Amino acid sequence: MTLQERPLDRDAPGGTPVRQREPGPVAEPLLTVEGLTRHFPVRDRLGPRSIVRAVDGVDFDVRPGETLGLVGESGCGKTTTGRMIVRLLEPTAGRIRFDGRDITHTRGRALRPLRRELQIIFQDPYSSLNPRHTIGKIVGIPLQVNGVRPEGGIKRRVQELLEVVGLNPEHYNRYPHEFSGGQRQRVGIARALALRPRLIVADEPVSALDVSIQAQVVNLLRQLQRELGLAFLFIAHDLAVVRHFSHRVAVMYLGRIVEIGARDDIYRRPRHPYTRALLSAVPDVDRPGGATGRIRLAGDPASPADPPSGCRFRTRCWKARDICATEEPTLSPREGGTQLTACHFPETEPPQ
Amino acid sequence: MSLSPSDDIALSEIGPAGPRPQAVGRELVGRSPGQLAWTRLRRDRTAMISGTVLAVLFIVAVAAPLIERLYGVGPQQQFQDALDSYGMPLGYSGGITGAHWFGLEPGLGRDIFIRMVYGLRTSLFVAVVAAVVTTLIGVAAGVLAGYLGGWIDAVIGWVTDFALAMPFLIVALAFVPTVALRFYGQREAEPALFRVAVIIVVFAIFGWTSAARLVRGQIVSLREREFVEAAQASGVGLAHMLFRQLLPNIWAPILVSFSLAVPSYVTNEAVLSFLGVGVVDPTPDFGAMIFRSINYLQTDPAYVFFPGVTIFVLVLAFNLFGDSLRDALDPKSSR
Repeated sequence: MTLQERPLDRDAPGGTPVRQREPGPVAEPLLTVEGLTRHFPVRDRLGPRSIVRAVDGVDFDVRPGETLGLVGESGCGKTTTGRMIVRLLEPTAGRIRFDGRDITHTRGRALRPLRRELQIIFQDPYSSLNPRHTIGKIVGIPLQVNGVRPEGGIKRRVQELLEVVGLNPEHYNRYPHEFSGGQRQRVGIARALALRPRLIVADEPVSALDVSIQAQVVNLLRQLQRELGLAFLFIAHDLAVVRHFSHRVAVMYLGRIVEIGARDDIYRRPRHPYTRALLSAVPDVDRPGGATGRIRLAGDPASPADPPSGCRFRTRCWKARDICATEEPTLSPREGGTQLTACHFPETEPPQ
Repeated sequence: MSLSPSDDIALSEIGPAGPRPQAVGRELVGRSPGQLAWTRLRRDRTAMISGTVLAVLFIVAVAAPLIERLYGVGPQQQFQDALDSYGMPLGYSGGITGAHWFGLEPGLGRDIFIRMVYGLRTSLFVAVVAAVVTTLIGVAAGVLAGYLGGWIDAVIGWVTDFALAMPFLIVALAFVPTVALRFYGQREAEPALFRVAVIIVVFAIFGWTSAARLVRGQIVSLREREFVEAAQASGVGLAHMLFRQLLPNIWAPILVSFSLAVPSYVTNEAVLSFLGVGVVDPTPDFGAMIFRSINYLQTDPAYVFFPGVTIFVLVLAFNLFGDSLRDALDPKSSR
């Protein structure tokens, strides 16, 4: 594995998506998620026990070296899904298969080898680093506790990692409070890379960062993906960032995936009304001001403790009919599109 | 503006590894949060003064036998010839002379200064050991309850409530003499150390609850931080999680609660001795001295003065130092 820095590509920053080497479509999925579900019991002091269906039957897969973007508004279950995949949360139902093995309920010692291959990058660089540890220690702990003895010692390996993520390896002995948000996030990335994982769940890795720093961190992730062949599950609510980084995109609403497909299909020809509404909310520099065809959704998302019958989006959907309340649409290919869409009345025209 | 990370590195303060000369490497050394707190503490005048007072008192307590040798008078020595026929010390203000710096006890004629030196030793020993024991128990209980949660948390919470509901003084009044009687009977003389141990046990039974609650609260709030999940995702074990990840983040409040617990044990120990269930007479002790001096308040007011002032200074210095320590460790907390 090469870890030395290579000259970085000067891709156009920000909005314009850049064509990346597409992973072969025949590749076996690295991660397969089937019917993944997580319910949280909520106990009120006096009221009856209710169940919050944070994630309610989610299916997708991630191929080696691929990025799957997972988007949706706050509270739709993106983060819970990511936490379940890296086994920080126990799924209520469903199956997670990693590299052919069922890891849904792996526990304790058996989880150790898995930890090496599955890592996570966190959202908030201010709370994801232990303030009492030097960054050298933070990056080195995964190596230490997993008994990895790299050539030349842990310290050298940690310094290599710091260099890979664009930090000065001499800052090994510094504390997190001496770094900026972007630099801290690089430390978090170095920690995730330490065990040389094959899949990284990136849980909104840039949403806490300044916009200019976001582009740097996303470019770093892309560079690492190219050099190390990493697969990413990239959780975000910023559609522009997801478009920049992902090969495929899944859109979540209220614990379900409503649309999943290749990035360009989702962004250019969204079929699900919710996807369309989300995309219409992305500010466009070419058309400043109003008249952008923005779809305003009425109301708030329904409560995940009491989701609507049938299609979950029907309470806010302008196309909802009777069938939407009675029959839940399946996530399947709809005519005129290659992506999978869970809607009875998918959009056919590309957005203006 | 380029958005590629390599440019940023070259330009920003985190210069590349190579060309930076090693000579300036010294100022690059990172300061740990502990070092920063120490710097702040050094700048705090109250902390320095109260810390000096405490250091002097501790040295006096530890070096008591040495002081006895230099002073030339023992704590049990009686100077009946310096008392008048009523048992009151001769001379002014309780018999202060060059040989007896703080005067003599009425009645027995023991030297007050050397008894206070040894009393300080008893007092600080009981208080520090009790504070260490209660802090250890409290931290262990609080960490387990806070991190593991569930039924362990419920059980520890219940025991804490139980210990808090017990009236301390009443239980101590009943417990100490009963235990002493159980082990040594009516006529046997019990060794001084046994009494001290019983008092520490009484403090330990009651004192750990506040530390446990404090630590539990801190751990519960830390548990939600992402670095805990990051450590879990790296596959660390329970011991690593508790001792390497969580505890280093809460040693500041633990240290503050420890430094504020010591003076409260000093006063509590004095209270127990005053009430007659603490350290018993030939062992020198502040509480017992103040109790004896109450009888002579009118005839020999100097007797109550020195032990009273010393215990006041000791507790005040501890409290001021504890407050300064809190300010230094957590500068965001308001005064």
